[in-house]
Amino acid sequence: MSEIGARRLEPAAVTGVMSRDIANFRTFWKATTFSSVLEPIVYLLAFGLGLGATVVDRVDGLDYVEFVGTGMVATAVIFSSALPAMFGTFVKHRFQMTYDAILAAPVDVEELVTAEMLWIGIRAGFYGCFPLLVTMLFGLDPSFGMLLVPLFAFTTALGFAAFGITMAATVGKIDSFNYVTTLVITPLFLVAGTFFPIDGLPEGFQVAAQINPLHHLVELVRHAAFGFEATDLIRYAVLVAFSVAMWRLAVSRMERRLID
Amino acid sequence: MNAIELRGVVKRFGPITAVDGLDLEVPAGICLGLLGPNGAGKSTTMRLLTGQAIADEGTIQVVGHTLPAEAKRARAEMGVVPQLDNLDVDVTVADNLAVFARLYRVPDVGEAVDRSLALARLTERRGDAVDDLSGGMRRRLLLARGLVHEPRLILLDEPTVGLDPQIRTELWSLIGSLKARGATILMSTHYIEEAQRLADEVAVMTAGKIIAQGKPSELIAEHAGSETAEIYGPPDRLAEARALAESQGLRVRPAGPAIAVVGSERAVDGAVPEDAVRRAASLEDVFVLLTGEEAE
Repeated sequence: MSEIGARRLEPAAVTGVMSRDIANFRTFWKATTFSSVLEPIVYLLAFGLGLGATVVDRVDGLDYVEFVGTGMVATAVIFSSALPAMFGTFVKHRFQMTYDAILAAPVDVEELVTAEMLWIGIRAGFYGCFPLLVTMLFGLDPSFGMLLVPLFAFTTALGFAAFGITMAATVGKIDSFNYVTTLVITPLFLVAGTFFPIDGLPEGFQVAAQINPLHHLVELVRHAAFGFEATDLIRYAVLVAFSVAMWRLAVSRMERRLID
Repeated sequence: MNAIELRGVVKRFGPITAVDGLDLEVPAGICLGLLGPNGAGKSTTMRLLTGQAIADEGTIQVVGHTLPAEAKRARAEMGVVPQLDNLDVDVTVADNLAVFARLYRVPDVGEAVDRSLALARLTERRGDAVDDLSGGMRRRLLLARGLVHEPRLILLDEPTVGLDPQIRTELWSLIGSLKARGATILMSTHYIEEAQRLADEVAVMTAGKIIAQGKPSELIAEHAGSETAEIYGPPDRLAEARALAESQGLRVRPAGPAIAVVGSERAVDGAVPEDAVRRAASLEDVFVLLTGEEAE
């Protein structure tokens, strides 16, 4: 008798699901790459040449362009993980019936969710680094610490991919994602320290920033560029804990949604 | 040995009982047609067999595995062709098959893809996006995808629903070739002709239960006799004819603009008028008598 299906989280099942994502990605990778390269350039031109040349020169001891450029990794990560996870999962489940097809094969929900998270995490971790590369074109000096930025971006993206999958499993209509975007995603990326330091905010916002995974990612990327601190290990541990917790929540929610 | 065994299976969705004490055995190596009207519980039964629905009561065994605990192992040995088209439309024909070859852990993905393309007669379209295929080609691809790993059990959920007659006939030919290879097939359908043409045995399902199972010829002999007479005319005449036939213990069913007197070989004393159209009893007669539904 076949051994397929005898274990949990079989690598072949996970990579099989990911192969589907890769096959689809090959049809639209150019558009994704285009926007991932161009958007940071536009933002840095606006903030750097705009704000940086007129209103803000240096923030926290850094050139404003470098401050924003390193912070934008977090923005890129959340927008390339949470949103595709939300909308992509919803469409694949409710309209395309893709998950019905996959779950008719020897793949279970845990493997399906893990594969989707991993794929989105890898993609967002890769494209999330582009703002850093673009900022180098604007004068940021490379450093060896930056080699860890893809890891930080990947870990954070995993958590937000799982968040997006959880939302897709929870909402009844696709329009409900507007609530998630307005009430969760937008506040998260605005109060992460991307465009301005959180030190000057009211205390409540500063406390909220400590539980915002994006804030920890912003700090990790800035420290990777300008010098790590002892607390960075804790920050990374927070991101890992966030991703693991969201992963389990996503699996649980999707099992309730996909299995009658 | 049975490929599928369901005993006392119940599945509820809130106040609705979709499967209500279902007992079904599918012997290995045959094609069993699960025939029933819309809402009979056929698709729910298919989802129970793949573990995508969990029964509230009863036991399910599929290719020797107990569900739902061993559902993933059972799925490794079965192929599923769904009712709805859920192909990846932007991806090529070959890539659609390759993905599923990997999901089923086929050792030689390339060979499996080539074989499946040949089965579906889509070899020359392997590099085309699915979106560029006709409806019939897409349905053949759907079938090929479910067979990419050469399973010993195949579940076909309404395989030709919504297709035009020419494509339907094409699919029947393909399904017929699967039978010839010795696979066990469970095919749900509400098309009488499809069941009669392809199935070695038919199980009639309604309201979540199997109410009759057997070879088509046996079901017809048991429930419909050897002859059916169709009577045409205005409503008054049909009502009179119905009353006369039923007074002799004959069963009468609607047949579009007519009525059909089933078992008309037993009719006496002019119960069947001279101008009635007499024909051999059919599976359609059995279906309508047992389910009360109009056939398609």
